Amino acid sequence: MGHSVPIRRRGAPTLGSRPRATGSRGLRHTVIGVAVIAIMLFPLYWMVNVSLQPAGNAAATPWLPFDLSLRGYEIAIAEQGGNLVTSLVVSLGAVVLSLLIATPAAYALARFRLGRWVSVILFGVLTTQMVPGIVVANALYSAYSDLGLLNSYAGLILADSAAGIPFSIILMRAFMTSIPASIVEAAYVDGAGPLRAFLAVVLPISRNALITSALFTFLFAWGDFLFALTLTTTESMRPITLGLYSYIGGFINDWSPIMATAVLSSLPAIALLVVAQRYVAAGVTGGAVKA
Amino acid sequence: MVDGATALPGRSVLGGRVPSRAGRPPGRHALRRRAVHLAFLVPALLYLLLFFGYPVVKNVVMAFQEYTTATFYTGEAPWVGWANYAAVIDDPVFSRALMNTGLFTVGSIAGQFTLGLAIALFFHKRFPLSGVLRSLLLLPWLIPMIAASAVWRWILDTDNGVLNRALGLLPFVDGRPAWLTSTSLALLAVVIVNIWLGIPFNATILYGGLQEIPDELYEAGALDGATGARAFWSITMPMLRGVVTVVLVLGVVYTLKVLDVILGLTNGGPANATQTVATLSYHLSFREFDFGMGAALGNILILISLVFAVAYLRLNRRAVDE
Repeated sequence: MGHSVPIRRRGAPTLGSRPRATGSRGLRHTVIGVAVIAIMLFPLYWMVNVSLQPAGNAAATPWLPFDLSLRGYEIAIAEQGGNLVTSLVVSLGAVVLSLLIATPAAYALARFRLGRWVSVILFGVLTTQMVPGIVVANALYSAYSDLGLLNSYAGLILADSAAGIPFSIILMRAFMTSIPASIVEAAYVDGAGPLRAFLAVVLPISRNALITSALFTFLFAWGDFLFALTLTTTESMRPITLGLYSYIGGFINDWSPIMATAVLSSLPAIALLVVAQRYVAAGVTGGAVKA
Repeated sequence: MVDGATALPGRSVLGGRVPSRAGRPPGRHALRRRAVHLAFLVPALLYLLLFFGYPVVKNVVMAFQEYTTATFYTGEAPWVGWANYAAVIDDPVFSRALMNTGLFTVGSIAGQFTLGLAIALFFHKRFPLSGVLRSLLLLPWLIPMIAASAVWRWILDTDNGVLNRALGLLPFVDGRPAWLTSTSLALLAVVIVNIWLGIPFNATILYGGLQEIPDELYEAGALDGATGARAFWSITMPMLRGVVTVVLVLGVVYTLKVLDVILGLTNGGPANATQTVATLSYHLSFREFDFGMGAALGNILILISLVFAVAYLRLNRRAVDE
């Protein structure tokens, strides 16, 4: 499992890369490609379509939202707005915590002469991927209950970092291994200690890896369902994923507010693809871990 | 060895002697260096121990205890030996859950991998818009799984779902399949949704693997008459072996522990038709508040995952050696 493709060779095709299909053959490929993606994304279209239908309708949804209505969103924001804020606070907290913990560790594993400990620790990090979330939740519930961490931001932030921290360690380590030694050495010659060299030289160079880690940690925490389900018990502390689950748990007589909530909960992912596409591509291939 | 004490003076990258500090006694210097190294690693190690190590150990212990709601009031969890395992395994739902877990995992992985590979091969051709389309493909994987489950529930609805409406337009289909509410179809429906969720990950990683294969190999193959299917089986697949291993091992390990999709679509029902080891563990712990039995099932799940990973990696290594 010692896999981690460093972030490299993205973007510009190099010499000898495969020729681009152009002309009518290329066009045919484009048409097929669009069709494949249209089929794959149909459920997402349906989500948006239903969310824009007039509320109070559990019958068959029309194929297109001709009778456009934002009523679903009004209800969703009124009922789930607070949950969206909770998710936002928890996810941002998880990003900060994950980066604070994972970045120095990634650097240590990439650069310090730790000998065989590097592979031992990395193996340990990869092994965490095999631990089912339900096992973690099972143990955390009683521990949290004793510590008073159930229904708390701190408790959720800590648990929701469980996906981001191993991911970030692996992704950032792969990147930091590729930083030329001479750059860090120069900082030492200038009299910097390990901490100064790390903060002033390594971090700025690793900007892209940090952004990728942050974005994915955010998405993992934002999409977390299991810890929200098991580590919160009150309505006042309820992430959006759990809000959505409680919607679909009962009898449903109106799908448009539910789908509006689903759309709202998908916005971070959509925003990410639009504004940070290259980081996303790097994250998927670079870490190859998602809990 | 651990902290680079063997590094030549003036040559080491980190923590080695640097000119400005040459005057310090080496013993203290090495100690300080070691302390700095530790400070970088300790928070992460502590976190991994608390949020992965502790839960695993705690579950092993809990599985030998009668750990219920009463435990939270009295603080007592009597030792019961293997009773939790015996009770869990004797329950007829367990064999059902075990079989469902197997079918769910094999079905999901087979579908995700084949379709993911097909899409990766297609996009490997590079054509106008291929980059944009490839990143759009990631969307199902990036949105919260519970949001995806919610929309699929409405799509698969028996009476008003869009799938059955579309099927109704076809001439040879009669009746409306009860995708999520019939015991014979629910597992298939859950597998289909999970395949949909897994295609982006598989396609993206396999696409990355295809990009790493040098074109010269195909050029040389073409000279020897290996094109099309021949080239795929004799060049692409062997070269892709490492990436395939990663995708399959991670895929199985992740699929074994899937909870969101099943809870969101069917809650393990109807009549345990979609109950897996993971959902049953959740059910026992957090619905019936028998944490001891939930823990026993969780441990069985880890064991299955471990056996698979070790067996697969070993078989694969042997195949490579031969």
